[in-house]
Amino acid sequence: MALPLDTVKKVAGLARLQLTAEEIETFSTQLGGILDYVAMLDELDTSAVEPMVHAIELTNVLRDDVLVPSLPRVEGLKNAPKQDGRYFLVPAILEG
Amino acid sequence: MGLSDLSARELLDQLRAGSVSSREVTQACLDAITEQDAAIHAFLHVDAADALRQAAAIDDRRANGDKLGLLAGLPVALKDVLCQQGQPSTCASKMLSGFVPPYDAHAVTKLKQADAVLLGRTNMDEFAMGSSSENSAFGVTRNPWDLSRIPGGSSSGSAAAVAARMTPVSLGSDTGGSIRQPAGLCGIVGMKPTYGRVSRYGLIAYASSLDQIGPFGTDVRSVATVLEAISGHDPRDSTSVNKPVPEYSKTVDQPLTGLKIGIVPEHFAAGLDAEVAAAVKSAIEVYRGLGAEVREVALPHAKYCIATYYLIACSEASSNLSRYDGVHYGHRAASFQNLNEMYAASRGEGFGAEVKRRIMLGTYALSTGYYDQYYVKALKVRRLIRQDFDTAFQQVDVIAGPVTPTAAFPIGEKANDPLAMYLSDIYTISANLAGLPGIALPCGFTTSGLPIGMQLQGRPFDEERILRAARMYEQATDWHTRRPNL
Repeated sequence: MALPLDTVKKVAGLARLQLTAEEIETFSTQLGGILDYVAMLDELDTSAVEPMVHAIELTNVLRDDVLVPSLPRVEGLKNAPKQDGRYFLVPAILEG
Repeated sequence: MGLSDLSARELLDQLRAGSVSSREVTQACLDAITEQDAAIHAFLHVDAADALRQAAAIDDRRANGDKLGLLAGLPVALKDVLCQQGQPSTCASKMLSGFVPPYDAHAVTKLKQADAVLLGRTNMDEFAMGSSSENSAFGVTRNPWDLSRIPGGSSSGSAAAVAARMTPVSLGSDTGGSIRQPAGLCGIVGMKPTYGRVSRYGLIAYASSLDQIGPFGTDVRSVATVLEAISGHDPRDSTSVNKPVPEYSKTVDQPLTGLKIGIVPEHFAAGLDAEVAAAVKSAIEVYRGLGAEVREVALPHAKYCIATYYLIACSEASSNLSRYDGVHYGHRAASFQNLNEMYAASRGEGFGAEVKRRIMLGTYALSTGYYDQYYVKALKVRRLIRQDFDTAFQQVDVIAGPVTPTAAFPIGEKANDPLAMYLSDIYTISANLAGLPGIALPCGFTTSGLPIGMQLQGRPFDEERILRAARMYEQATDWHTRRPNL
């Protein structure tokens, strides 16, 4: 069953993804088909099963609290689309 | 016999003996790339001068009598998902076009410490999402055995480059089969180690609880040697496990006695191509002839793997790929009204269709009202899948079966049907969900001359046994010695 177009638009908004009208149509059909397929999981009673988040269930992996050198600022900024040598630059987020 | 006919292990022996230099081996690879890669398109970026510089430095150190690493002088190609300092690392995405990492992935550091020569960057499905290379933003890679067919994916170029003998070995990454599936379809050996065996530091993330780096080669011994070089604990990846690394390169030649092989009836059910089924069944007979005991084991939740995988992988991807915001690195749109539009336009322009599809599916599965129904449900089924394997591995040492349901399919055949494409990973995906190691190795050819692969899966951190079992088969057969006519 196709995912309603409004739902596709809402999810695209949550994902911060600008989609064309054509993409919205295509995803409505394709995501609907994938969701129909994954519905097979409902056949299984999992009420007594713990979710498995990771294959190796490690907890509290800590390292010693020792200062180590980090990436120099100039290196960290190098790949930014817009920067001024000190900061990443973004459009103004506050009015006025 | 030319240098490109030799396996990585044979090349290492010759390099060590001084009968060939790293410069010569590296130049032979660069020549092969010049000759073959216009037709195959396995590489996205080759810095020939840099590769020859590395080779010359290693030759000089060898001439000085310096102690050299496990892979000294050996060219290795890298999937474009691994960060390499100073070289473009794009994940075959327009989003990261022009991105040059300021640091090396841990696996790349390990290769450098082993004195390997980093040869070039290989094509892949964008952000490692796909099974064919058709999702690359920079064009498809072609299967060296039939240029009209896909090489598999997502580590497409790493597999095709080894199959075409443009590099002796390469690294890939495997989130749902992305090493084993292209290895199987290209007639070479590829291994996905246990989750946690190789550090993921500097591996550009797709689905962090499933991603794992591993090697490709033309034979099991070469794969064992590269795996030994890249494995081991790294404090920068909190899921990297602190266990000693066995000397895979030394033990791989020791045959196993009393090997118990499991076969799963569901792996041979409807959907499996008859020629693939026949090749894998005769491979299992070879094991029987070598003294292995073969018995059936059940994986009752196998049919739920694809559904479970796509919910978990896409959920993790939607979170991981939120970092591409047009601020810190990557593509930024040219026109927008405000910050929010800048994010959305940059992401809409930078990502390809499959990446968007998976971000959408993951965002939906994690959204309010659907989180328990989809994401948590999938995590619970994941545990059932793992429990199936734990039970099976109480009875057998390895599970043998096909890598893929069919041999390589034609370019374009599944490009517009995402679900059909997802189903090509049906036999490999469960190892990622369960965190298990698996290897793909050649076990035959179709009547039309396409390679067929066999997969061996094993217990967590049992790579040594899997490699030895794979090597036993390889020594009894000669499939791995065949090469495409190019």
